[in-house]
Order: sequence, then C-alpha cells, then structure tokens
Amino acid sequence: MAKRIEVSDLNIYYGNFLAVEGVNVSIEPRSITALIGPSGCGKSTFLRSINRMHEVLPGARVEGKVVMDGQDLYGADVDPVNVRRQIGMVFQRPNPFPTMSIADNVIAGNRLNNKGMKKSDAADLVEKSLRGANLWNEVKDRLDRPGSSLSGGQQQRLCIARAIAVEPDVLLMDEPCSALDPISTLAIEDLMAELKERFTIVIVTHNMQQAARVSEQTGFFNLNGVGQPGRLIEFNPTEKIFSNPDQKATEDYISGRFG
Amino acid sequence: MTATKAPIEPPPTPRAVRRPGDRIFAGSAKGSGIFILLVLAGVAAFLISEALPALTAPSEDIPGGEGLASYIGPLVLGTLLGAVLALLVATPLAVGIALYITYYAPRRIAAVLGYVIDLLAAIPSVVYGFWGLAVVAPTLVPFHVWAADHLSWIPFFAGPASTSGRTMFTVGLVLAIMILPIISAISREVFSQAPALHREAALALGATRWEMIQMAVLPYGKSGVIAGAMLGLGRALGETMAVAIILSGGAGATVNLISNSNPSTIASNIALSFPEATGVGVNTLIASGLVLFLITLVVNMLARWVVNRRADFSGAN
Ligand SMILES: Nc1ncnc2c1ncn2[C@@H]1O[C@H](COP(=O)(O)OP(=O)(O)O)[C@@H](O)[C@H]1O
Ligand SMILES: [Mg+2]
Repeated sequence: MAKRIEVSDLNIYYGNFLAVEGVNVSIEPRSITALIGPSGCGKSTFLRSINRMHEVLPGARVEGKVVMDGQDLYGADVDPVNVRRQIGMVFQRPNPFPTMSIADNVIAGNRLNNKGMKKSDAADLVEKSLRGANLWNEVKDRLDRPGSSLSGGQQQRLCIARAIAVEPDVLLMDEPCSALDPISTLAIEDLMAELKERFTIVIVTHNMQQAARVSEQTGFFNLNGVGQPGRLIEFNPTEKIFSNPDQKATEDYISGRFG
Repeated sequence: MTATKAPIEPPPTPRAVRRPGDRIFAGSAKGSGIFILLVLAGVAAFLISEALPALTAPSEDIPGGEGLASYIGPLVLGTLLGAVLALLVATPLAVGIALYITYYAPRRIAAVLGYVIDLLAAIPSVVYGFWGLAVVAPTLVPFHVWAADHLSWIPFFAGPASTSGRTMFTVGLVLAIMILPIISAISREVFSQAPALHREAALALGATRWEMIQMAVLPYGKSGVIAGAMLGLGRALGETMAVAIILSGGAGATVNLISNSNPSTIASNIALSFPEATGVGVNTLIASGLVLFLITLVVNMLARWVVNRRADFSGAN
C-alpha cells in the first residue's frame, strides 16, 4: 500500500545546530521522488526524519509535521517503532546483518512482528522478497550462507529485499548505489522502476543522471554556506528540473555538474 | 594488453626494502613472542619435573594415604564448583550491566557506574576474603537454611545448612563479584563497538531497543563476552586468598554447596598446606598445581574453539 507523505515547516536539529530548515513538500504515492544537492545540505538528515531515524542520535530532534495519510508521524501518541515498520529504509552502505544467513536477513523485520513464523511461510517470504529484489537466482543455492559473503551490489539488493519483505508503505533510499559498480547500479535502478508500482519511493542521490533516469519528482536541496541550515530550494517534476528549473541555483547546480 | 607483443622480461622481483624501524619492531615483537613461550615452557617444565615424584610415589606416601587421584580429585571438584558457580552468577549480571551502561543509562550515570565497577577490580583479594568472611557469609546464613529446607532435593543444596555461611556457595558468590569487573569491562567494550551500521539497520526495520540489541549487539559481542567470561573463569579457578579465608574446607568430594564440609580448591589448598608440607607432600601439591594449569589451558582452548566456530558469521569479515 503506497502512501502519500506531506511535510510541513519541518526544522531538523542536531542538538542546537539547525541542519535543515523549513521543508514543505508533498511526496506522491507510487512514484519515485529524488532528492539532489551538494553534500552537507541535509538530504540524508531530511530522509531520516521521515521515518524517525533521525532521533536515534543523541540530541537530534525535529520541529514541524510529517503527515502520512492523515496521521502526523510526530504526533504525541505515535510510537517511532511503528513508524519505522511502515517506512522502510535502505542505507548508503549495504548493511546486512553479518551474524545472520541470507535467508534470516530477508525476514529479520518480519520476525520482529511474528516470532513464531511457520517454516514454510518463512521460506515463501524469503523467495518472494528475494525475487522482488532481483536477487533470487543469484543466491537461491546458498540461502544459509552469511549475508556478508555476497558482493556489494548483491548485499544492497539483499537489504532491499529485507526492507520490502515487511511490505512497508514507503521506501527511503539514501544513496543506495554510491558504493556500487555501474552494473550493480543499473540492476538497482531497474529494480526501483519495478518497486514503484507498489511503494512510494524517496531516493537521495548524488548522481544527477540517476535522478533524471529514475524519478518522477525531484527536490533540490542547497545551503548558503557552512554552518547555515540546508533548505529545499525547488521541488518540481524531474523533467522540469532538468530542462527548465524555476530557480537559478538549481540550474547552476545541474549545469555545473553536467558542464 | 601485452599478450600480443613479444614476451617481455619479467620485472625483477621487487626486493622488499627493510627499513630499520620495521626491522627493530619485527625483531622485538618476535623476541617478546619467543620470550613468552619460553616462560610458559619453563613453568610447565618446572611443574612436571617437580610433580613427577608424586606421580611415581606409592599411594601411602601421598597425604591422605589413598593415592594421588583421591587427593587431587576433590580439590578439582572444589575448584570447578566454586569457579563455575561464580561464572554462572557473574556472566548474566556482567552482560546486563554492560548493556545498561552502553545502551540504556543516561551518559552521566553510565560513566559513574562504569567507574565504580572498574574499581571493584582494584580491591585486593585478601580484602574480598575478609569481607566475605565477616559480611557475606553471615548474611547468607538465612539463605542456606532456606535452601536446605526447600531445595534439598537438588544435590547442590542437600544440606545440612552451615551455620557460619563459610561454604562453597558463599565462595562462589564472592568470586562472582571478583570476576564481575573483568567480564563487564570486556562486554562493555565489545557492545559499544557494535557497528552503528547494523544497529541502524535493526532500528530502521522497526526494532525496539531490546530487539536491536538482540539483532545487532549481542551477536556481534558474543565472542567478546565469551572471551571475558573465560578470563573471569581463569581468575576464579586460580583465586587463592579469598577462598582460603572464607571456605571451611578440607572435606572429601561433595557437590553440596551449603554445608560446613566442602572440598577445598586447588589454589587455596596449596596456599594453606604448603608451609607445613615436606617431601612427597610438596610434590603432591605441585602435581595439583599442574592439574590447575591443565584445567585453565583446556578452558582457554574451549573458549577459542567456541569463539572460532562461527567465525564466518562473526561480522569480522
Ligand atoms: N550525526 C550528526 N551530528 C551532527 N551534525 C550532523 C550529523 N550528521 C550530519 N550532520 C550535519 O548536518 C548537515 C547535513 O548533513 P547530511 O544530512 O548528512 O547532508 P547530505 O546527506 O546532504 O550530504 C551537515 O552540516 C552535517 O555536518
Ligand atoms: Mg548523505
């Protein structure tokens, strides 16, 4: 079930440091939204505030609203653990659990909700999720090997399998391809195109061609200087951002990179 | 790319440039390694050569008059009872303390608590011995009585309850406190090094803090905890003064933890009997020391084996 996310007046802090200021954006279900911008402008910080992963760091906090299908995720009665079960995340560096087998990695999230999963159900779910992540054929003969025995690209797809196995409403990806070779990158981009039929996807990428290839909407983050908060400068359909952006800063950034 | 061209002379094998710093460091590291092996071999040779007369002596000459095995047997039992009890009590406690300090306690409390626990390690074992004798033993007497009344169907609590509390049970608990700092310090260290990458992976899947610890901290820290527990076990096996002071020992082989008659332990027996021992008696004590050495060796080898068994999954790769 893909869901819409509405962010309003979001300020994100690390202790007293305002890292991201005043984000207003609406993220469409069943589409890919890309976030681009120079490093340090707060893309990861913003992404992690959507599933309340930001606040696991000591002193980190958020002001403003993130509403998913009418519910404020930062409401007083909302448990961040439940938010994270609905909003999956794939990190920049592949992070399968090294102490678990490939199969156990895939269903690690499901085991949290359902300790006594039947063996056959678990096996079905492992296969379905690995197929969903285009990894099944490569690992079906070694499901009991450690997840860390795979290549980087395979590990990242394993992490995607793990994230989609719990059927989240939204999938957040923070530069999921930056540690991967071009072939693995293409495999993951193809996968994203399939996954957006079922999930709302938000991807941070430093690779503008990637943003242009995969996303429907693109947000450009920027900051005025070191120590200043990052801001969402422009949010528009990807085609528009890359052909005729509203903001001069967006155009400079994009042309500078392509240039 | 050069495959199509005429074969080129293979480049001369690069001769490793040995810088003086490297050479000195490699030499001194190797020297230290050899030195340790020599010391170990020396101790083992001493133990074996001094124990040999006891191994060959007729059984009447061995203290107790029934041979070496029946002299050392109860001591081995006593040593293992006290140390294993200490380990069983201390390990879960130490892991709990380490988890609390690393993942639950507010930073200030964590720092203070960590410091206090480390301080436990600085208390000399004589002090533990007198504290055990004067405070712990009398305090535990009611428990001894209760256990003899209600748990006597378990061989360990067969009774009759000691009225002084100077039992193997008290020894085990005092030893547990003595080894707590070692196990908790090492556990704390490994728990705090559990990679943020994997902790965040667990949290992002919707794990609670305790679930995160189960998924990403405990499996990562397991071999460290085992290593810490084995170090603690080594200390408990060899602990001399505290046991010698607290335990009213000297009885034969029994697993009864709460009565007045307890098997002594190897180390405390050596300390208590050595001053008066003569002739084969000395060799017998040294033979018991050799057995303690072997027990500790086996414990360490077992620990290595446990740690290496699932090295593939350890996260070290
Ligand atoms: N753990 C942290 N503690 C304090 N400041 C942080 C932390 N992580 C990131 N920041 C700061 O927040 C700002 C945004 O960082 P980040 O979101 O990582 O940027 P991006 O992902 O766009 O490169 C930067 O100024 C960075 O220094
Ligand atoms: Mg980032």
